[in-house]
Amino acid sequence: MKLRAHHAEALTPPRIDITRAGFALHGHWTLACMRPRLHALRRDLASSAAEMSWDLSGVERLDAFGALLLWRTWGQRYPEALVMPGLLVNSFERIQHPPEPEPPPPPHRMHSLFQRLGQGLLEVGSHVRGMIELIGHVTSELWRLPQHPGEIPWVETSAAAYKTGVQALPVAALLGFLIGIVLSYLSALQLQNFGAETFLINILGFGVIRELGPVLVAILVAGRSGSAITAQLGVMRVTEEIDALAAMGVSRHQRLILPKVVALTLAMPLLVAWTSGLALVGGALAAKMQLNIDIWNFFERLPTVVPLGNIGIGLGKGAVFGMTIAMIGCHYGLRVKPNTESLSTNTTASVVSSITAVIIIDAIFAVLTRTLGVPR
Amino acid sequence: MSVVDIVDVKTSFGRLQVHDGINLSVKQGDLLALVGGSGEGKTTLLRHIAGLSAPTSGEVRLFGERYDQGSYRERRLRRQRFGMLFQHGALFSALTVYDNIAFPLRELGGLHEDEVETLVMSRLALVELDPHTARQMPAQLSGGMIKRAALARALALEPELLLLDEPTAGLDPDRSAGFVSLVRSLHDSLGLTVVFVTHDVDSLLALANRVAVMADRRILACDTPEEIMCLDHAFIDTFFRSLRQYDEPMTPWMR
Repeated sequence: MKLRAHHAEALTPPRIDITRAGFALHGHWTLACMRPRLHALRRDLASSAAEMSWDLSGVERLDAFGALLLWRTWGQRYPEALVMPGLLVNSFERIQHPPEPEPPPPPHRMHSLFQRLGQGLLEVGSHVRGMIELIGHVTSELWRLPQHPGEIPWVETSAAAYKTGVQALPVAALLGFLIGIVLSYLSALQLQNFGAETFLINILGFGVIRELGPVLVAILVAGRSGSAITAQLGVMRVTEEIDALAAMGVSRHQRLILPKVVALTLAMPLLVAWTSGLALVGGALAAKMQLNIDIWNFFERLPTVVPLGNIGIGLGKGAVFGMTIAMIGCHYGLRVKPNTESLSTNTTASVVSSITAVIIIDAIFAVLTRTLGVPR
Repeated sequence: MSVVDIVDVKTSFGRLQVHDGINLSVKQGDLLALVGGSGEGKTTLLRHIAGLSAPTSGEVRLFGERYDQGSYRERRLRRQRFGMLFQHGALFSALTVYDNIAFPLRELGGLHEDEVETLVMSRLALVELDPHTARQMPAQLSGGMIKRAALARALALEPELLLLDEPTAGLDPDRSAGFVSLVRSLHDSLGLTVVFVTHDVDSLLALANRVAVMADRRILACDTPEEIMCLDHAFIDTFFRSLRQYDEPMTPWMR
């Protein structure tokens, strides 16, 4: 019972008694208490006239918002007839002369197409510059480390290889296997029309080993590890951990970036081999079911129709893609500014750029290797 | 009237027990300091009060009600009656200082934007921050300014209860004295109840009118600072030692 009495007391709602003489205010004139009936209170206050008398002696608590509301009702001055306990004066004093906020900075307006173009070019320039710096640092570390074998970050590299490579094995296997089945099934349907069933092995072999395997794995790894690299480096920048490393004289390029780049460059070809292999197994299974091609026959014919060079191209692409993804992930990670918005922007940009870069590099590879590994 | 009631609270994280039967009650108008060694669970107790974590057993009542009591709306209303200052400020890094302070006001709804502006700017003046910091991002502020901005945000709704986690840690003595006198004047003018965790003897003596000492997973004592200082306990001895050393000259040449 006692508790309830306390509560009733603590939360007496703000109330206005409108008498002939004027307004008498009661209760808790605080933001939280006024919120549920704010609309009605505003309406009542708005109905007041200038010459009315005000009695604030019933007010138990008046916060800055309550004071502000009354102050504005009164037209920024105390009314002539006002009864107010001295304690409340503080609340009014606090809101009477608030400092003016600085006008918000003018929104970034682009005046002309040229300015926009220039801005874009500068942005691209800064990325190019950052990337070149990064490549330079990593290369110089790669050059320096063999001369100081004690400083080689074995543990970091092996941990990165485990995280980006070994832990990606299950999902890469699933992806490869299912793509293999789908590709084989769809091709078989078409080839049957021409009576060219045996060419299924050529299509699968070339398509998976040379093209699909590396690109699929690259997209998977960009989403999986590229984003992780950016987020990790980004948070380390936000929490000043990278500066802490630098203050201890540890090179971030040596300890954070190089291990990731080396690990992904080495792990990606292995992931590509694993995924391509499983895609071919899936393809062979589907071929057996759809066209009744014997599985042993499939794998026996594979080396005779797909030249060995294609494996080299596939694995080589994997290595280049891995390096690209790691470099781009690190590049964006180091660009993160100390706020959450920048972290999310850069992580998104990292994944999008690495996938785009992978596809562009793939096209370049296709042009450069157009005479290699193709049966005459 | 009791603002916070902590009844027989026990907390453990896995096998680590931090609270073993804590009883504490905070009255309206109290300036209660929670002191204790590192890892004694002071911050955890503060989080229990704020309803951010729950004790393993026992009960924490805020304004007479458990944190999970009542409907969604009632719980929300209760949360608007206290403000919390986190140890590292916890300002929203993607928002300007202005928007950080305006955030709880806008969340409440029903306020016009020009009213929000007056309230935000008066809060900034209250914590003695320059008006031009309003447009800055938290990352551009110094440690002390972050504390002040975070305090302004905690005070945005003029809460009845203020929970401060290490309010003066990381501030220079001058700033920390300013902070203490600021909280003190807010207490006097707004009738605030304040619960704060501290390691700083100076701010403790300047601010607290009650001190709760946590040791051995319990509340060792809860009394006025003068009474606490007279107690004979190893922790209290070391905690106040720095102060006692100032009383008596340490080396002959200081006389």
